[in-house]
This record gives sequence, C-alpha cells and structure tokens, in this order.
Amino acid sequence: MYQYIVKRLLMMIPTLFGAAVLVFFLMRAIPGDVCQLRLAGTGATFDPESLRLCQLELGLDKPLVGQFFAWIGGFFVGDFGTSMWTNQPIVSEISLRFQVSLQIALMATFVSIVISIPMGIISAVKRNTWIDYCVRAFSIAGIAMPSFWLGILIILGLLIGSQAIYGVPWMPPISYVPIWVDPAENLAMLIWPALATGYRYSAVATRMTRSTMLEVLREDYVRTARAKGLVESVIVNRHALKNALLPVVTVIGIEFAFLMGGLVVTEQVFNLNGLGKLFVESVSNHDYTMTQALVMLVALIFVMTNFFVDLLYAWLDPRIRYS
Amino acid sequence: MSSGLKTIAASLAVGAALSLGLGGAIAAETPKKGGVLKYVVPAEPPSFDGHRETTFALIHPIAPFYSLLVKVNPENSSDPTDIVCDLCTEMPKATDGGKTFTFKLHDGVTFEDGAPLDAKDVKATFDKIIFPPADISSARKAYFGMVESVETPDDKTIVFKLKYPSSAFIPALAMPFNFIYDDAKLAQDMHWYEKNILGSGPFQKADRQAGAFIKGTANPNYYVKGKPYIDGFEAIFAKKESLRVQAIRGDRAAIEFRGFPPQSRDDLVKALGKDITVQESDWNCVLLITPNHRKKPFDDVRVRRALTLAVDRWGGSQYLSKIAIVKTVGGIVFPGHPLAATKEELEQLAGYWPDLEKSRAEAKKLLKEAGIPEGFKFVLNNRAVDQPYKIVGTWLIDQWKQVGLAVEQQVQPTGPFYDTLRKKQDFDVSVDFNCQSIVNPLLDVSKFISVEKSGQQYGGYSNAEVDKLFDAMNRTDDQTAQREMMRKMEKIVLDEEALGFITMWWYRIIPHRSYVKGWNISPSHYLNQDLANVWLDQ
Repeated sequence: MYQYIVKRLLMMIPTLFGAAVLVFFLMRAIPGDVCQLRLAGTGATFDPESLRLCQLELGLDKPLVGQFFAWIGGFFVGDFGTSMWTNQPIVSEISLRFQVSLQIALMATFVSIVISIPMGIISAVKRNTWIDYCVRAFSIAGIAMPSFWLGILIILGLLIGSQAIYGVPWMPPISYVPIWVDPAENLAMLIWPALATGYRYSAVATRMTRSTMLEVLREDYVRTARAKGLVESVIVNRHALKNALLPVVTVIGIEFAFLMGGLVVTEQVFNLNGLGKLFVESVSNHDYTMTQALVMLVALIFVMTNFFVDLLYAWLDPRIRYS
Repeated sequence: MSSGLKTIAASLAVGAALSLGLGGAIAAETPKKGGVLKYVVPAEPPSFDGHRETTFALIHPIAPFYSLLVKVNPENSSDPTDIVCDLCTEMPKATDGGKTFTFKLHDGVTFEDGAPLDAKDVKATFDKIIFPPADISSARKAYFGMVESVETPDDKTIVFKLKYPSSAFIPALAMPFNFIYDDAKLAQDMHWYEKNILGSGPFQKADRQAGAFIKGTANPNYYVKGKPYIDGFEAIFAKKESLRVQAIRGDRAAIEFRGFPPQSRDDLVKALGKDITVQESDWNCVLLITPNHRKKPFDDVRVRRALTLAVDRWGGSQYLSKIAIVKTVGGIVFPGHPLAATKEELEQLAGYWPDLEKSRAEAKKLLKEAGIPEGFKFVLNNRAVDQPYKIVGTWLIDQWKQVGLAVEQQVQPTGPFYDTLRKKQDFDVSVDFNCQSIVNPLLDVSKFISVEKSGQQYGGYSNAEVDKLFDAMNRTDDQTAQREMMRKMEKIVLDEEALGFITMWWYRIIPHRSYVKGWNISPSHYLNQDLANVWLDQ
C-alpha cells in the first residue's frame, strides 16, 4: 500500500508538468496581451510609450522558452509569482478565493449527499413505482437545468417573493464575509448557490446510486441474506449500500473537484468571489501568470481527489488491495 | 396609462428634471450626516495607481481617497467646461500671454498618515505624470505636451509654465486620474502607489478584499470642513450586469456609477417606483467606424463616403436609444461642448443629411463609380460586448444592406479584438470607440490625426491637413479660431475624406436608490466620483 501511494504521488509529476506546458503555450496563442487590454481596452487616449513599458515590465518581450522555465522554476522554490493584472502576489490573490470555493464545494457536496443517497436508495428499492418515477423526474430535471440558470431563478424568486410578502425586495448578500466573522451573513450568501449547484450535483449522484443499487440488489449474496430472513433495512443499508457506493464516491469526488474550479457562471450570478470567477477574469484579462497558477491548482485538486477516491475504495471494499 | 407606465414616466420626469438642472430645490435640501454608501462597480482596478491606469474601475473605488488640484464642479457636473479648485484656493488667470498658470494651495491639508500636503507633493505628482522617469509608465503624458515645467516658488504655490498657450491645459489638469501623491513616497519608490493607497481625499482606506470590495471611512482631517457627509462607502465588484441591477433592486447597493441600458432602467423603475431616481446625460464616449485604409476597396474615398452616407443616424438615434446606451447624434466633438457642431452644421456633412433617400442614392452612385458590385461582401470587426457594440454593429449591417452591401459581423473578445486593430491590422471595417474622462475636445480628437502621430488611430491613414489643424487648434486660446478649425477638421474627417465615421454618442443612464442625494450625473463615468458631496436621506 505504501509503495502504491508513493508511486501514485510520483506519477502526478508528469501529469502536472503536461498541464503546465499546455496552459503556458495555449495562453500565449490567444491574440492580444495584458498590456493592450489594460491601456487600450478602455477607449481612452494613452501614451504609446506606456504600452511598451508595460510589456517590458512584465517580461513579455523575452523569449517564450525563457519565460516558461522562469515560471516553472519558481514553482520548485515556492514562488508562484505575481499577477500580471494586479501585480499582487498570486498566493494572496488565490487564498481568499480558494476559501470561498472550498466552502461552496463542501456545502454543495453536503446538499448533494443528503439528497442523492437516500433518494437513490428509495428509487432503487421502490423500482417502477410512482416514488421511483418522481425521483427520476426530479433528478432528470436537475441534470437538465444548468445551476447558473437555477441561480438566476432563485434570486428573482427571492426578490419577487419578498416584495410580494413583505413589501420590500430582498436578495442574498453580494459581498462575502467569512463564516467565522459573521456566520448568519455568510450562510445567507452561500446557502443559495450551494442549493443551486448541490441540486444539479445530486441529480447525477442520485441516478448513479439508483443504478448501482439495482445491480447490487440482484447479487447472489443479497438473495442469500433475504433467504436467511434478514430484515430489508439491514440488507439494504448494511450489505448492499456499501458495495453500491464505489462508483457513487467516484462521481462525488470528480464533481467536488469540478466545483472547486468550475463554478464559473454560478459564481458570477451570485457574485461569489471564488476561483471560477477569478479564472474567467484572468483569462479575459490575459493575465498569464494567474491563469497558469489557477490551471495548476485545479489540476492538482483533480489528481489529488482521484488519488483520495482510490484510497477510499480500499476502505469501502476490503477486497481491494493496491500494490 | 397603466400604473407601471405612470411610475416609469414619473421617475423619468424626476430624472430629467435633475439632469436639466431643475433639481436646485432638491439639491438645496439640508444634507444628513451618517450612513454607508454601497455601490457596485463592474470591474476591479488592475492597480491603485491613477497615473498608470486608464479604467473607470480604478476611479469608482479609489478616487474618494484622493484630492486633485482642480476638478469638475460637483454642483454643476453636467457642464463639461465648469472646472473648479479642489486643492487650490482660486482658479488662476493665465499670465505671460497664456503661458503661465499659478495655483495657491489650501492650508492645513494632510495625507492620511498625517504628513502635510504642500506644493512639493503637487510638483512631484505632475512631474511623474508629465515627465516620468524612463522606466515609469504614465498613461496621460500625451495630454501635457504643452507643459514646459512645473515649479514651486514656495510651499503653497505651484507654477505651470507652458511652451505655448493652450485651452487644453486646464481640462487636462482636471482629469480625475491626477491624484495628488506624497512626494516622500514617490522619492522612496515610484511604484509605491501601485499597491498602496495614501491620499488626502474625503475618505481613508478601511478594508479591501481582492476581487470583492474596497471600503473607505470618512477622513476626519479632510480639509473641507463638514464633509464628507457619509461615514463611509463600500465599493462592491460585480461583473454581471443583471446582478448589479438586482443588487439595486434588492438594496444590496444603492447605485452603480457607470450606466445601465434603458431596459434595466425601466425594470428598476417598474419594480421600485418612487424609491428609484433616474439621472440621464449625454456621455463622452462614442462608437466609431474605422475603414481599413490599407485594404482595397476601403482605400477609395468614394467607398468610404458611401459607407457613411448609407447610415441613418437621425432615425437610428430614435429607435436605438430604446434598447442601447447610445442616443445623441454628433460629430467629432462631444455634443453640448462649445466646440461641437450644431445640428445645422452637422446636416451639411455626409451621413447627416436630413434627406435620407438623397443620401442613400448618393451612396449607391459612389459605390457604382468605384466599381463595387451589388451584394459586395465585407466583414465588420466588432467587440464581443452587447452594449452598445453588438447592437450598433447589427444595426449598421442593416443600414449598409440598404445600399446593396452584404456585411458580415465578426465579434471577438476584447483581447483578440484589439490585437486585430493594433497588430494584425487585417480587418476590412471595424467598430472602434473613443471614451474620455474630462471633456477636452482639443485633445480628444487626436483619435483622428495621422497614424504616425496617434497611438490610437487604427485606420492606418495619414492626412497632413488634419494634423496641421490639430496642432494649430492646440496652440491657441482663441475659441472662435478653434471652433473654425474644428469644423474644417470635422469636414475632412467625416465628409471630404471620410477617414472614419461617428455612429452615435453614448447616453448615460443612472437609476439609483432615491435616498442617495448630492450626487449629480456628469458626461463621463470617470467624473465627480470623490463622493464628498454625497449624503443618504435615510
């Protein structure tokens, strides 16, 4: 097991290096640069010399290969550089956003698990009954509805509903406060995007739980358990569920990693200052250093999540042994 | 009339009254002290250095921390020529044949850290803007070509000596980016202000969360006694327009200072009635059409003239203003400025004729003469931004279709869009824009001078006559002569040579919570943003 962990950790290096090469050169293939956007993008008259100075200051005049190795070299000594747009250290720019994204991802995962596991089990156990049909309709609707669209509906619903009931329109806060500073304000802001994304996320997991539970419930050992006279709840919860959860855990793991960096539009709908919003802004600003750092961070989150999901398999199914 | 329409009409009437200066009685209300103004800003500033940046995203959250030497009159901000003292005690009269301006500074002005602000700070500031060291970027250096030196005979006096008399000088001084910095900080590190805020304005920096907000609290040592009225402000960054509208509706923010499209105004008025006030103004931003003079057939003046003759600006103004942030028909100078063309003068120019049929018949004739076949295809390069770029682009395609041209619109994100204009230069015809802070037409029209002299003229043409007129206008303080030269320049640019075209000037619409008082709309989203006069009627 120990050898397996070390091997998996070493295998992350070429994966991350490949991601680094791709993002570095793809970003530079996009026409335009950060200085043009910064100065010309406002339509105001500016001194042409300031454009040249900006490019010089950011090192955009240097050969690409040199820029690449300077950047990758920084990673090995813990220097992630500064944002080309804000000139602030990347670590400080990302840390707050990471915190917001992590909280949203955790809350959405919680919502998803709370909805998907019980509903998936009930749907499988009550297969082809009206309960099953309702659950399937609910989960298909969740897959069909983009979470940002659901988010817009939630905000409009809150505005219109509160105005109709209390006479004053209310919407969630648009300025982030950490949970330890003001838990009520924090939750008032984050609960809605967590519900919007958690619902979509749960829809995928519900369907996965249902189908794997159906498979497991047809297994011989379940039939044996029933023949032994075990009560149905023990069969389902103790014997079937644990085996059925393996693919569900994979889905939840991948979705969690996606939520950490992929809530691009939903974050904008709720004005969440998370990694997704930062990602969009850094790409549209041609902020190479920030985009590169974010891609590397998200790649790291994905490979680490996959790694932990694999380790979780061994815990869920003792027959699995890595070597 | 339905109740919704009545509400919209009533609120628009209030807004129009304010914009027209009939809000005197309202402005005369006694300001209340206290409260925090929350407002939304569509973008975050790249750095905090006003001398380096060009975006309004810097002005909205950062301007309240700084003083300027002179500024647009906050009580009369709709007048682009009304410039008053901020740190100076009295607007100076030019001496030495219009070549010397002497400013006296207020006593008792201090920076946030308690250091006194004196003439050395003002000199260091303008030296950085006008004569920056070789490695320092100053975005507005080009506006001060007329300045020879900045001198400080004593701690309270600052003297600007010009190379030649220029009416563009005082407006250039009043640009809202010219924050007065501490000379000690600049001496220590010229880049210090990129990452730090230290001013002498109405507010002091309280808190910042990267990507989320900037907060300020009232400066207890602000040199204007009794101001600011509010205890503080919170500038919240919100990129998505629909969210900014909803934030005002849900009272998470009281105002957004850039401007909303007409539909958002109407939605807010319908939802909030008397709780929303609308202020509207012509906007010192304009969408241009730039033919690529390097490419055939756009190197042919007949083709360029046909393109402008085909466009119905007077009609377009009426219907586009219902859906987009454009409205006013104008020439190369901001409408309403003394140097701008009157309607009668405009109607003499190609593309502004009152007889549209005659105009389009002339366009077709010119295209035929130039050998352009019916259904000739070209691509209009445009920026992938709805308001007002794509809307105006789509409208233009229909206008050109009326004279037998088949135009395809290619929209690109801002980065590639500017790369096409500045580097590739392979477009046929492109949308472009000119958006300035202070209304300073003598310099704003630099967009139309020869490509060798202007960093922002993307058509690739040279015209010695235009350059000569531009230089001459900028070297006299005789406004009659300036106006005459401006008309000649306008005639060459828009008509005789059709070097580039104006579509329509933008129109600024600010719907805000009615409890926000003391803020008056101006012709630019960069102006009147120090918030010293703002108070909350709550």
